[in-house]
Amino acid sequence: MSKEESFKVKVGLAEMLKGGVIMDVTNLEQAKIAEDAGAVSVMALERIPSDIRKDGGVARMSNPHMIKEIQDNVSIPVMAKCRIGHFAEAQILEALEVDFIDESEVLTTADEHAHVDKHPFKVPFVCGARNLGEALRRIHEGAALIRTKGEAGSGNIVEAVRHMKMITSQIIELQNADLSKKAEEFRVPLDLVEKVAKNQKLTVPNFAAGGIATPADASLMMQLGAETVFVGSGIFKSEDPSERAHAIVKAVTHFKSAKDVLTASYDLKDAMKGILMSEIPEDEKFSNRGD
Amino acid sequence: MVGVLALQGNFDSHIRILKKINLKHKLVKTSDDLSSVDGLIIPGGESTTITNLLRRNQSLIDGINQLSKNKPILGSCAGLILMSKESKDSRVHNFGFLDVTTSRNAYGRQVHSFEAKINVKNNTMNYDINVLFIRAPKVDKINNDVEVLATFQEEVVAVRQGKHVGISCHPELLDETLIHEICFKGKNEIS
Repeated sequence: MSKEESFKVKVGLAEMLKGGVIMDVTNLEQAKIAEDAGAVSVMALERIPSDIRKDGGVARMSNPHMIKEIQDNVSIPVMAKCRIGHFAEAQILEALEVDFIDESEVLTTADEHAHVDKHPFKVPFVCGARNLGEALRRIHEGAALIRTKGEAGSGNIVEAVRHMKMITSQIIELQNADLSKKAEEFRVPLDLVEKVAKNQKLTVPNFAAGGIATPADASLMMQLGAETVFVGSGIFKSEDPSERAHAIVKAVTHFKSAKDVLTASYDLKDAMKGILMSEIPEDEKFSNRGD
Repeated sequence: MVGVLALQGNFDSHIRILKKINLKHKLVKTSDDLSSVDGLIIPGGESTTITNLLRRNQSLIDGINQLSKNKPILGSCAGLILMSKESKDSRVHNFGFLDVTTSRNAYGRQVHSFEAKINVKNNTMNYDINVLFIRAPKVDKINNDVEVLATFQEEVVAVRQGKHVGISCHPELLDETLIHEICFKGKNEIS
């Protein structure tokens, strides 16, 4: 397959995941709960972001045995994370045949100067972004899906909102901009910027992640233009994960109907506690990793 | 006006195709949305997720069953699985509009997904069209009254029964309109 053909196949899976919820899970039991609740995919990882933040230390790719056990027992696509720039971890995840690799700021950065060159891989990559330049650099490197970085493990939606609105407004601004200057500023080829300016959307699907904890958060991100949401700590750090997982799936499907989001929110047990951005030191923010 | 089931999946690429062949569309999330549609598309996506959302809404299942009696329904990938009579997995709802047996993810995980040309052929037409197979299902068994609409490497990849069409792959992701025209515009001429 040519590079273009293989890229279409990668984006094809991202297209299938639209209108869904991708849930972080740390073991088979959680993966089953996620699947039963209607998750469109699960992200298999050893520690969810809020625990990574709490525990400290170096966060690496998860144990392949744990990922394999989940792959063998659920029917939905299974994603896994590699460190930013750690192409050897990505190669292992590809050999394991995970369906998507998240080159993720939640793990400790492996290369401070370069992300993984994603084109040679057959498995598609998702990458986080805070703004249009970052999103386009990742797409140029071969990412088949972009998600907002938000602030993972915070249970606080403020950063995801900031990143989604930033990307949306920067795409609109392209309509009246000098595109070659923008290409230079974003450090990507002009034709990529031209395509985004013309279609007024990214060339790959655009999902939301980082801080989603309630059905209302999910509906908010969908109304702001996200095509699917990732929920990390928000489900399995809440009081009743299964109930909350069902509720967030419902809220994403019916995000435009306040009545349905209300029904989904009714009688839910407690959400995760969450933390304020002012409580996280600047150098401990996951979203500052990678550019 | 063609309804596009929008519980989860690639409903927007199907909408793009409907626009391309000048058909109006409507997103379908509840049974009320089915009023005034002249057909329905069940898109690709995750068949377990779509099932999960359908099973929470019996009136939508009833509405789709009712619609199927006299209006065409097109299913791609997950949509084909849901339309088939049997797919050997209790996590998936089978409407049974197509008397076929399907198996999910039959080609393997995403690294085994691929682009291909399939052959759409019967007594009156013979076209090759471009498609993507994404974690695609296979049609294992075809029963009476089901017509083979397309093949790839001698395997059945699209079928028609009465007004209904099911396809295991994604012509809509590569802007191919033929399958939608066959289902909703009665296209049937020789190329």
